Formats: sequence, structure tokens, C-alpha cells
Amino acid sequence: MDKFRMIFQFFQSNQESFMNGICGIMALASTQMYSAFDFNCPCLPHYNLAYGLGILLVPPFILFLLGFVLNNNISMLAEEWRRPQGQRGKDPDVLRYMFCSMAQRAMIAPVVWVSVTLLDGKCITCAFCTSVPVETLGNASHPRLSQGEIQRVLARIPCKEIYNGQQLIANEVAVRYLRCISQALGWCFVLLMTTLAFLVRSLRPCFSQAAFLKSRYWSHYIDIERKLFDETCAEHARSFAKVCIQQFFEGMSTDLVAARCHLPRKAPADAGEAAEKLLGITDWGTMNMALKSWHRCKPPLHLYPPALPSGNGWAGEGQPPTHPSAPRRETAAYYSWV
Amino acid sequence: MDRFRMIFQYFQSNSESVMNGICGLLALASVKMYTSFDFSCPCLPQYNMAYGLGIMFVPPVILFLCGLILNRQSLVMLEEWRRPQGRRKKDLAVIRYMCSSIMQRAMVAPVVWIIVTLLDGKCLICAFSGSMDPEKFVGFANVSTAQVQQLLAKVPCKDDELMRNNTSRKAVSRYLRCWSQALGWTILLILIIAAFLARWLRPCFNQATLLQARHWSNYIDIEQKIFEETCCEHSRLFAHKCILHFFESMRQEIKLHSFTLPREGEGAEGEEDLLCGITDQDQVNKLLKTWYCEKPPLDVS
Repeated sequence: MDKFRMIFQFFQSNQESFMNGICGIMALASTQMYSAFDFNCPCLPHYNLAYGLGILLVPPFILFLLGFVLNNNISMLAEEWRRPQGQRGKDPDVLRYMFCSMAQRAMIAPVVWVSVTLLDGKCITCAFCTSVPVETLGNASHPRLSQGEIQRVLARIPCKEIYNGQQLIANEVAVRYLRCISQALGWCFVLLMTTLAFLVRSLRPCFSQAAFLKSRYWSHYIDIERKLFDETCAEHARSFAKVCIQQFFEGMSTDLVAARCHLPRKAPADAGEAAEKLLGITDWGTMNMALKSWHRCKPPLHLYPPALPSGNGWAGEGQPPTHPSAPRRETAAYYSWV
Repeated sequence: MDRFRMIFQYFQSNSESVMNGICGLLALASVKMYTSFDFSCPCLPQYNMAYGLGIMFVPPVILFLCGLILNRQSLVMLEEWRRPQGRRKKDLAVIRYMCSSIMQRAMVAPVVWIIVTLLDGKCLICAFSGSMDPEKFVGFANVSTAQVQQLLAKVPCKDDELMRNNTSRKAVSRYLRCWSQALGWTILLILIIAAFLARWLRPCFNQATLLQARHWSNYIDIEQKIFEETCCEHSRLFAHKCILHFFESMRQEIKLHSFTLPREGEGAEGEEDLLCGITDQDQVNKLLKTWYCEKPPLDVS
């Protein structure tokens, strides 16, 4: 358990590591998805191309979008892009840096899908089986069939069980040919992507290192600032709620005193803090009234300096007090740096 | 648990260890890639050579580039090489040292691929079956020239209808595999001897320079890491200050514009409360809107 927590903390602490982790997981998910997917070539002349190319190109597009969706920084980028300028200028370099780093990470899973698909060969075999060069690979002396017939026969190449053109062109020969082309394309694609990645990574320090350091710093800064602001707001909300509820109970207590003409019972000196915390609500009926009032008539979101008796636990609107004579000491206990 | 943490921290702390770890992982990945790759020779005269040699040489290039990309030190080296001189001299020996260590590590995975390919033999059988001399093999000796190329090209495909029961196919296959494995073992032996000699003979030449270069290359690496960490710390403190200033300025604005009487006990400002004078729904809404519409300037002086 500790081990997982440690690994988790390591990834969490370093923002970039976390993103790399997600990236790796998506790449693995993409390979898993491909192996779990049940590829079923339709083996019909015009459908093959559509199906094969669809399986080759549509899931990468979905994975690319998913890469953006799963990235937390997308909302940060959108916010930074759309905010009014105000007193702080907007730096297009920072926006570009953020977008580029997100796009690079989102590209990994689609590239993995396309590579695995091409290296496996089923998609290309399905899509291009009707374009196999029958003259070179097949039996040239076969009685002439019409073009449509040939297309139909060739379209069945991926489906070995129903293939009936063994005299025209052997199934294994065609499949091997298409697979060879597919794998060659796959390796070339992987080589191209790796070369691009290498160039992008190695040319950067040669040209714009200072600008890069600047953009990286400010993009981290924006992220940290947003997180800290959220934390500060949460702290503020907590204090706000504490004081609001405190004032509600006090208001209730005051109302009760006013309604019942009770003298507030002085708690014995040695009962101490516990009695104070009861806030004057010391019996079943009163507590029920407090709870009902909390549900029916929540206090306004307006904290005012504590001024007993201002008794407005049930009032709809609060008014600023006319004479803030209540000693602060009573509420000081509730202001705490949490 | 402690042991695991210790091992983890050890790898993290020493960047050379991290590099070695990545190198090892890439080598394992290279073997795994080879075993999971479905090698299917096209068994056609012109295509065999291209396919066989392609599978033998293209993935090593990819693995080499991956080794360079994944190695953090290559970035550090490039930065050190391209930086303006400034007040710190550039030591070419250090850059050379870093470059050679990066290259050595990046070469491991491609070499592993090539050796595994040669020891397995499929690539060479596919590539060179068409270049065999048919006279040496009984089954191909009496076939016409045009046909023999076709037949030889089909040797790597065991299940082909023409090749299924052909004993000469097995002979060609075994012959090529023997050559392939011999080549593989020879290359492995040469590389290991070279590595052994390099490591043993290195202390005889320039040991002092080597120690210096290694020290300074580690230094540059660590310096960069610490710089990045310091920048992160700094931006955290900067953000903290900036937000506090923002809340403070909101509190002052509210004081100016609202008619709330100042609370008594200003002396109790010492217990600065978290509410920062923002005690009302409208004030909170205004604060959040101002945060979005007018972010505070990046100036905490």
C-alpha cells in the first residue's frame, strides 16, 4: 500500500511526470484496444476499402481527442486564452508552449494505434486486396473474367474460408504480398515519427532555449497559481461557513431568549468551554427548532460584525448593525487559521 | 518497503543509474518487440531482399533515435554545447565525454536487435535465399533459370504449396541459418571483446582528464535539476504572494466602496482572519469575477 502511495505521490508531485504517466497509460490502452478488437473484414468490393481505412484512421482521431480531454491543463489553457487582459499582459509564447506540449502528449496514443495496425497488416490487407497486381502474382493464363468478377473474387482474399479464386491468384501469395507492404509502411511510419520527435527535441536547445525556459516557467506558474487560488478560496469558504453558522446559532439563541423571556442561564464558572459551545441551546425542543429553522430559512450570505442582540436568525435580510458593541472576544475563538 | 524506497531513491538520485536503467529497459523492449513482431517474408523475387534487410536495419535506427530521445542527458549536452559563453568557459572535453556516454548507451538496444535477428536467422534466410547458387542443391539444380528464381524466393515460406515437401528447401534454409548464426555470434564476440578492452585499457590513457570530465558532466546535470526545482519553488512562492496581495487589494476596495462601519478592535488585526474582510455573497462574487476578468499584475514588490 505504501509502495503505491509513494509511486502515486512521485507522479503527482511532478506535474510533467504525471502527464507522462497518463500518456504511457493511453499508449498501452491503445495496444490493448487493438488486440481486443475483433477485426471483421466485410470481403465485399467497395466496403473493404472503407472498413479498412476507417479502422486505420478513425480510432486514432478518437484517441487524440481523448488525450486532450483527459489532460487537466486543457481548461487552464482555455482560461488563459480567453481571459480579458486586465492588468496582466498575455504572452502568446506561453500559450503556444502549453498547446504544443499538450498536443505532443496527445499524439502518442494515435501514433501507437496506427503503427500497431500497420505492423499487424490486417487493415491494409482488407483495404487493398482488390488492388493486388494479378498479372505479376497470379495466373495469367486463367480464362478471362469480367472486371467486376475479378474484383469480387479478389475482395474475398482476407476471408480464407470463402475464397474461391485459388486458380486466379493463390491466397497465401496475395496475403503475404499485402502484409509485406503493410509492414514496410508501418516501419517507415514509425521511423518517420521517431525522426520527427528527435528533431523537435534536439533542435530546440539550439535555437530558442531562453524563450523556452521563460515559457516553461510561466506556464508552471499559471498552473500553480490556479491551484493556490482554489485552495485559498476553499479556506475562505470554510471560514465563511463557520462564521455564518456561528452567527445563525447566536441569532437563534437570542430569539429564544427574546421569545421566552428567559434569563440566559449563567453557566457555572467551572463548566467551561463545553457549556459555551452549547450556544444557549440546551434542550430537545430548542434544538429541533434550530434544525427546522436551518432547513426552512437559511441565513443570508452576509456576515456582519457580531452585535447581540440583533436576533435575526429567522429574518430574511440582514442589516448592518447600528452599534457594534458586542465584544469581539466572543467570536475570536472561531477565527482560526485552519 | 524501506528497501524499495531506498532502491527507488538511489535510481532517482544518480542520473547515471537512471540512464543505465532506461538503457536496460530499451534493450528488453527491443527483444520483446522482436518476439511479438510477426515476421512474414513475401517470398517474391525482388521483395525478399528489401524486406529482410529492412527488418534487420530499420528498427535499430528507430531504437537508436529512441535511446537518444529518452536520455535526458542528451538535452543537457546540447544546451551546454549551444549556450553562449558568458562568464563560464566551455570545456570541450566535458561535452565530448557526455556525447560518447550518450552514444554508447543509445547503441545498446540496436545492437541487441541486430544480434537477436541474426541468431534467429529468419531475416537472413528471407533476404538471401534468392542469391543462393542453385547448383549446390539437388532439388534446384535441374530447374530452368526463370523458374529457379521463383523457387528460391519461396524457400522461406514453409507452407507454400510448392515448398511443402521439398527437401532442398530445408537444405537451403539450414545453410542460410548456419551462416546467420555464425555471423551473429561473431559480432557478439567482437563487441564484447571491444567493450572489455575499452574498459580495461582506459585507465592507461588520460585518467585524470576522464575523472575531471565525468565530474563536471555530473555537475552540469545536477545543476540543471536543481535550477528547475528552484524555479518551481520560486513560482509557488510568487503565486502565494500574488494571491495574498490580490485578496488584500480586494479588501481595501471593499472598504472604500461600502458603508460598513469599520469593525471595532482594529488592534486585533494581528489575528488576521482568513475572511480578509470579504463577508458577503456579493463581495465573494465580485472577488471571483475580478480574478477572472482582471488578473493582478505579476508584481509582488
